[in-house]
Amino acid sequence: MDVMLDEEYLQNFIDEYQAVAGRVVIEQLRQLAEPLKGAMVVHVNSTREGGGVAEILQKLVPFKQALGIDARWEVIGGDGPFYQCTKSFHNALQGTPVAIPDHLLRNYEVTNAKNAEKLRKLLEEADFVFIHDPQPAALLAHCPLRRGKWVWRCHIDASHPFRPVWKYLKRWVAPYDASIFSLPEFAQPLPHPQYIIPPSIDPLNEKNCEVPAAEVREVFDRFSFDPDLPLILQVSRFDRFKDPLGVIEAYKLTARLTPLQLVLAGGGASDDPEGEAVLEEVRQAAKGDPHIHVLLLPPDAHRTINALQRNATIVLQKSLREGFGLTVAEAMWKGKPVIGGDTGGIRLQVVNHYTGFLVRTPEGAALRIRYLLHRRDLLEEIGERAQRFVWENYLLTRHLREYLTLMAGLLHGSRERIEVDR
Amino acid sequence: MNESAAAPTGNEPFAVRDCALITLATGVRAQNLREFREALLSVPAGSIFHHFWGRLLLPQFDEPEYNNDFASWAYRGLHDKPLAERLSMIIPTDFPDQESLRQELIEVVEQRLDESELVPWSMADQQFHFLQAQIVVFDTGMRCSDPADLLHHLPSLSTGSIYYHCIDARTRTEGRCDDFSAWLTGFGEEHAELSAQLNRIDPYFSSLKELRQIVTRSFQQHFEARK
Repeated sequence: MDVMLDEEYLQNFIDEYQAVAGRVVIEQLRQLAEPLKGAMVVHVNSTREGGGVAEILQKLVPFKQALGIDARWEVIGGDGPFYQCTKSFHNALQGTPVAIPDHLLRNYEVTNAKNAEKLRKLLEEADFVFIHDPQPAALLAHCPLRRGKWVWRCHIDASHPFRPVWKYLKRWVAPYDASIFSLPEFAQPLPHPQYIIPPSIDPLNEKNCEVPAAEVREVFDRFSFDPDLPLILQVSRFDRFKDPLGVIEAYKLTARLTPLQLVLAGGGASDDPEGEAVLEEVRQAAKGDPHIHVLLLPPDAHRTINALQRNATIVLQKSLREGFGLTVAEAMWKGKPVIGGDTGGIRLQVVNHYTGFLVRTPEGAALRIRYLLHRRDLLEEIGERAQRFVWENYLLTRHLREYLTLMAGLLHGSRERIEVDR
Repeated sequence: MNESAAAPTGNEPFAVRDCALITLATGVRAQNLREFREALLSVPAGSIFHHFWGRLLLPQFDEPEYNNDFASWAYRGLHDKPLAERLSMIIPTDFPDQESLRQELIEVVEQRLDESELVPWSMADQQFHFLQAQIVVFDTGMRCSDPADLLHHLPSLSTGSIYYHCIDARTRTEGRCDDFSAWLTGFGEEHAELSAQLNRIDPYFSSLKELRQIVTRSFQQHFEARK
């Protein structure tokens, strides 16, 4: 996507973010971007639509353009075996032991070489190249005349990678000038600086934008929720690490003392046999209880999920293991207290007693649900603080600020302190 | 671009600067107190500074229980409250340089190791990850000719500006004070009281937004008293 968007569009774009994030935040971004004006920055990933990376780039790229940076977005292509291989990379980085046949690895290398033929000129001319995730990681090896800084951005929880696959990928990643991981726990030993940039939510996308009250109500009615009962919600795929059965147990423990209803909303699991098994177990556990709603939503039901979160009294994310857990920030952005599993990135977002509660057991979750339902004053207060916390720390504007700071940092090597004159 | 900018002095206009931090992993981590001590011996001095101050520009809630990352980990990771309390009372500006600060940390940790029959451990997912940061400082172009003019702009300064002028300044200025009070001394007796008051602000338990409010209030009260 080397088409620069027109100025009026970019101005409106930045005005919309200013309305949410505030003038001071946008002004800081402008000043930080000043020395980078005109720099060519190319992002490369493997899909234009769908998935978290594409979602971030759809906004980050025009935002950079609006700040005067010549930002581009390129997408590499591949055949079925290529995506089979990169899906295995993804699973392996997340710790799944997976043997990848040699022919798939060779195909991965050939696919990167073919894409490099198409992109080489642009990539070698760029001042900064951000390669997202393992799919295009081998491009660097095919750009020997590169003049800019190359950064590998890993969006995956690589805290416990399956070592043989990481050893293979490391060969492609090590020659980069820097890498970015989402949390310190995810960083792996590499011979270059490893920056830490947590993910963010986009306050203006379908998942997080303001929704008219009538639409929120319509979603409530569509699923026939009970208007007289508080609504406890967990949004996540049906995965054992998200502990949906633990959530049902917490609901049942609470329901013995406090009337409530539970909504478990997740995406389809047709390509995931394990997911289907978990969904079946969840349905069995929920059987016979009219106040447990198990919703299987299509992958593009962003607005429905947005409305569900707005309908919730309390949001749960009782994961046993979690990368970052953006659903936590999404719920907090809507002013909801979150009861989250005491793990991974949830700890960065949920501050015990301030923005929600961290729990380790269904009993712990039940205790906190009961507590919040009986202390409605605190529930409101915690929700307000949660929203403010996300506003200050987890919006796209903070993400962009860190990208700009990183670029300034990279231009000055390993120097701890960089002073930019006007 | 240059490498250093002096603190504002004398009666020159106050140049408002801003800054942003980007965090880097050092690759060093500790799961128990002995590993923590070993790591303290070897991590870059900038990492130690970052865990005292850099956290202010990173996501954190307004009212942290302990005022540096080491103390927070001692409490949350190791569940060692006495160590957390002692670490939280280490004031970085009491030390002439970052190496002396490092030595003090090691001293406190060694004392705790001597007292402990068992080495305190954390869970595997509660390890302490030593981080460091790059700081990018930039000129906002805003100039304040006198303290009244500065007061006018204070409420709208970014938290990055507050960090630079109130926290980072303590590593740059001769008196290890904030830039505002250093600048005010250039006006002689006229604003000496305000300068002293700013110098007395304890920034340890305040978020940068609160610090901005405290500094603004000090300026407001000073000018109201002069009416």
